[in-house]
Amino acid sequence: MSNPSFAGSADAAPAASAEPIRSPGELTQDTLTGDYAGDTPGAPADGPPGGPDDSGPPLGGGGALPRKKAWSMETGFRFFTSAAGMAVLAIIVAIGVFLISKAIPALNANHANFLTYKNWFPGDNPPMFGIGALAFGTVLTAVIALVLSVPVAVGIALCLTHYAPRRVATVLGFTIDLLAAVPSIVFGLWGRDYFQAPVAGLSRWLHTYFGWLPIFGSGGPYGKSILLGSMVLGIMVLPIVTALTRDVFAQTPTMNEEAALALGATKWEMIRTAVIPYGRPGLIAATMLGLGRALGETIALALTLGATFNISADLLGNGGNTIAANIAHNFGEADAIGRGALIASGLVLFAITLVVNVAARAVIFRRREFRASAV
Amino acid sequence: MTVTTPTRTALIPGVSLQARRLPRWTPYAIVVVASAVAYVVIYLENVLGGGVAMTVVAAAVLFLVLLGVTARVVEGSRSARNRLATSWVYGVFILAALPLISVVRTLIVNGHALLNMQFLTHSMRNITPFEKDGGAYHAIIGTLQQAGIAAIITIPLGIACAIYMVEYGRGRLAGAVRFFVDVMTGIPSIVCGLFILAFWVTVISPYFNDGRPAYSGFAAALALSVLMLPTITRSSEEMLRLVPAALREGAYALGIPKWKTILKIVLPTAATGIVTGIMLAIARACGETAPVLLVAGATDSINNNPFSGNQESLSVFIYTQAGSAAKYGVPRAWSAALTLVVIVLALTITAKLIARRSKLK
Repeated sequence: MSNPSFAGSADAAPAASAEPIRSPGELTQDTLTGDYAGDTPGAPADGPPGGPDDSGPPLGGGGALPRKKAWSMETGFRFFTSAAGMAVLAIIVAIGVFLISKAIPALNANHANFLTYKNWFPGDNPPMFGIGALAFGTVLTAVIALVLSVPVAVGIALCLTHYAPRRVATVLGFTIDLLAAVPSIVFGLWGRDYFQAPVAGLSRWLHTYFGWLPIFGSGGPYGKSILLGSMVLGIMVLPIVTALTRDVFAQTPTMNEEAALALGATKWEMIRTAVIPYGRPGLIAATMLGLGRALGETIALALTLGATFNISADLLGNGGNTIAANIAHNFGEADAIGRGALIASGLVLFAITLVVNVAARAVIFRRREFRASAV
Repeated sequence: MTVTTPTRTALIPGVSLQARRLPRWTPYAIVVVASAVAYVVIYLENVLGGGVAMTVVAAAVLFLVLLGVTARVVEGSRSARNRLATSWVYGVFILAALPLISVVRTLIVNGHALLNMQFLTHSMRNITPFEKDGGAYHAIIGTLQQAGIAAIITIPLGIACAIYMVEYGRGRLAGAVRFFVDVMTGIPSIVCGLFILAFWVTVISPYFNDGRPAYSGFAAALALSVLMLPTITRSSEEMLRLVPAALREGAYALGIPKWKTILKIVLPTAATGIVTGIMLAIARACGETAPVLLVAGATDSINNNPFSGNQESLSVFIYTQAGSAAKYGVPRAWSAALTLVVIVLALTITAKLIARRSKLK
């Protein structure tokens, strides 16, 4: 632990004489994370003189200390890192600016209401396209995927943190991390080629016994449907949500759990009274991050949805489409207006995910202690 | 009767200090009973459509109902709820394991069929739809080059940004940077692709390509770096924050300037964690399809120059082969998928092993 500091100090010490010596006030401000910044005034009267930012005459040492150089490695490094920070802001702004600038010509040429029109004919004369069906499909598949996977993810997370033996839990947790890294195209391919038949069987069963519900109204044939797409999506986000939720539950203070058990709570009551309330903000944040993932997923849904343009409550029949899947499908044969139209739809997707993510961050920031690494 | 006899005599005659408990074997017995009933009713008598899957589901539901009722009668409602919760926790675990195991199994069974040296060392150039030959060499080259260039761009930028957020940034501006890095982690990958399409392919690249927009591996690398930047920045930031303040203070006390403290003390201390974050980000970038699909173009030939001409990548190769009508398209897609997963998992596992060595916890 102390090795780096020795190594660093050994070869840095001679060079230090050429650099300005910093005042203790400055040190506190830099090293602590700003919490005490207000408490320590940077007045030179406080400690040994020689603040680096003083522009006045050299203090102390009778002017023996070197003056601050106009350009030093310090300013250069500070400038470099600040520029990197600004680059993030610049990229975000650039994403907005370039997407909007490419979308506007296509939107001007559009002869239909972009937000409510259901079909996608940017190549027609006049071009007509709208994201009505696409936005509906995007939200619907993502929400169903989350409804299916969050209860399962919470169960697995509880199993890993509170039920399974520690050794087993470590191995399984590692496996879940690996599954979270499997590319979405693999899930898409699996869903299209191997999951379609079981889901078709499930659809048939649901229609036979619950066909009176409008969502199970389709009598077939069953193939690439909203149900298939959402289930594949749910299976895909499952490891991600599980990994985040597990980290949250693992952080529950042992004291709270033991207090609950000592008061005679059963294991489930302990989880309900100590673990879940403590992890709720993290749980919500994990769900929202999973939702953001599900909304933006492209390839798995391009392979498992029927790519039709209609808004219906039916989940079983062939059909379904999302903004991202539509971009992947139509990009190849799109002309200038077609591309602009796809970019415009991407802008809407960007806006939707932005709202979801900002909401998730707001939840996380309300509870500062929780710092899940956002995958 | 399933009631256990109290092992100790009660202090007050007639009042037991122990609650009544079901014997340990009760859940197993209920499993047997539920399975038997489900087998007879669903599987043999075809109630509710019959079938193996339905039998298992019915057995599970029956198990929950029987367990809940038994526990409630004997042990009371609190214990019944506890037992049901335990069943739910283990039940969803098995439920989730089934599809995930199926994915892995399918991947290995289908993937190894065409995976051989021929596949790894040949491209798809001049392969006719009925030929079995051909491979993913051009796509592997593309994936490695694109992810590599993206890493070269993103690693310095991401670490510098993390240093800014932890060491230098103060006030509103730093808060804004932190917030937007967080927001950037949630940008869908296809939006990154569209951004590079609008920015690089259609606006900048015509200047290098006689006025025509050019798809290239470099454009894909740019899209991937937009995707990787927030991930690397976030993980580096977290690792830098874990470096004890005492290390920094010790350096300052010795008169070492801040930049040197950061480069020689803070970064080496956090190095293992930062490397882990970087490798996870690269692994994720390797598997991305959507942005590469939009900006790299696609080709059947080997293109070793990411700066000019269309370039394939493994994920795009999988997508096109899976959608192609060629006889061996889908088997090739599975072999490429296995190759891709091996690359991604190798990176991920290495990252996790490096993380174990980190001293910062």
